[in-house]
Amino acid sequence: MPNLSYHRPSSIAEAARLARDDPDAKLLAGGQSIIPSLKLGLLAPSAFIDLGGLPELRGVRLEGRSLRIGAMTSHAEVANSPEVRKHVPALAHLAAGIGDRQVRNRGTIGGSLANSDPAADYPAAVLGLGAEVRTDRRAIPADSFFKGLFETDLGRDEILTAVEFPLPERAAYVKFPQPASRFALVGVFVSLTGKSVRVAVTGAGPCAFRVAALEQALAKRFAPESLNDITMPADALNADLHGSAEYRAHLIPVLTRRAVTQALA
Amino acid sequence: MSLQIRLRVNNNAVTADVSPDTLLVTFLREHQHLTGTHVGCDTASCGACTVLVDGIAVKSCNILLAQVQGCEITTIEGITPADGSLHPMQAAFKACHGLQCGFCTPGMIMSAIDLVTHHEHSSEAEIRAGLQGNLCRCTGYHNIVRAVMQAAPIMGGAKS
Ligand SMILES: Cc1cc2nc3c(=O)[nH]c(=O)nc-3n(C[C@H](O)[C@H](O)[C@H](O)COP(=O)(O)OP(=O)(O)OC[C@H]3O[C@@H](n4cnc5c(N)ncnc54)[C@H](O)[C@@H]3O)c2cc1C
Ligand code: FES
Ligand code: FES
Repeated sequence: MPNLSYHRPSSIAEAARLARDDPDAKLLAGGQSIIPSLKLGLLAPSAFIDLGGLPELRGVRLEGRSLRIGAMTSHAEVANSPEVRKHVPALAHLAAGIGDRQVRNRGTIGGSLANSDPAADYPAAVLGLGAEVRTDRRAIPADSFFKGLFETDLGRDEILTAVEFPLPERAAYVKFPQPASRFALVGVFVSLTGKSVRVAVTGAGPCAFRVAALEQALAKRFAPESLNDITMPADALNADLHGSAEYRAHLIPVLTRRAVTQALA
Repeated sequence: MSLQIRLRVNNNAVTADVSPDTLLVTFLREHQHLTGTHVGCDTASCGACTVLVDGIAVKSCNILLAQVQGCEITTIEGITPADGSLHPMQAAFKACHGLQCGFCTPGMIMSAIDLVTHHEHSSEAEIRAGLQGNLCRCTGYHNIVRAVMQAAPIMGGAKS
């Protein structure tokens, strides 16, 4: 790639300006998704804007009743963070189950969300906890962040800066991993806060989504038995050599029951 | 565009002029001639290319050299003591028959050193889970896990 350039801005404003001025430039976080796409020829950016030199995008902070996680915080840092483990252990557990240790040491929450891989884990937590995605210009509620296959509400030159997770009363994430990649064949994140129940599914559709039927049943009574009579239609769910749409549809209530059991434990 | 990168490799300061898409593993093997770091898959799957960046294990086939500007890189060549003896993890792999063809071994050892250094109370199950990013086509893993459990207390890390 003879014409590729590389920038390592030292402020968010500089990164935003570089992104605005060059429509073919690509923001670079951990590189764990970008570098494979580069090798496959799926991507040919004019420049990389490396966010690795911005310490303000990194770290976990408790702010009142929410947990703020900087975009450049690695999966390993989230998994090992005492604040996350104490206040939202389901999120620490989710981060600890992403890929393998080397990938977790480099991959970031911001990169994972901006990428919106249909089988990624974090989208389930963001949607399942009703988090808010912060960018260099606005706050985006989880419910309007994920738009489709590898597609989010982020503008082309918009920089995801942090995610704010409200603290739930109970929460759990259960993933049925594809054993070779450990991406989610299906993953379900469940949370209970006051009377509000959220059930978010990843791996089964073009992007993470909530399931109203499961949420309503659990809002009546937050117990695994509440889901005994519910089946999921397979229409429009993902199908590949690892599992049919029917298989994934079947897994959704099964994993939701397991998640509810864990959340109650 | 050519980029000037400064970093340290196995305790030596190094400067390089490279194109921005140069992978860390390419730099180590082809510019530094440190061919102990292997390329098994080139798709971030097998872990044969694992090295330490500031003491933390990464897959060097899935990281750009530019991303480790200013960092300290440790490869398999950098872990042996000056007197030429083996690092405790290498000695344990040798004693436990933790290798057969040896292709995965440099990556396994770098990954295991990071695991023992950062996860002090690794049980056998935790060691198996901790090595998920490293594939071995020969050993069936049992002797690798035994080796890590044997080396851990010698390194002052995990309980045996
Ligand atoms: C072997 C392997 C196994 C994996 N297994 C899993 C798994 O089990 N579960 C899972 O969820 N993921 C898995 N992943 C993906 C991993 O979590 C990636 O780290 C993650 O998807 C991307 O994060 P990154 O920081 O590496 O982003 P990058 O690859 O650097 O960037 C990804 C995309 O996001 C954009 N971007 C990055 N940061 C920002 C920002 N702050 N603002 C706006 N845009 C931004 C980039 O421009 C790019 O388009 C795996 C990856 C590998 C290599
Ligand atoms: S060569 Fe890097 S993970 Fe296989
Ligand atoms: S010893 Fe041959 S691949 Fe591990």
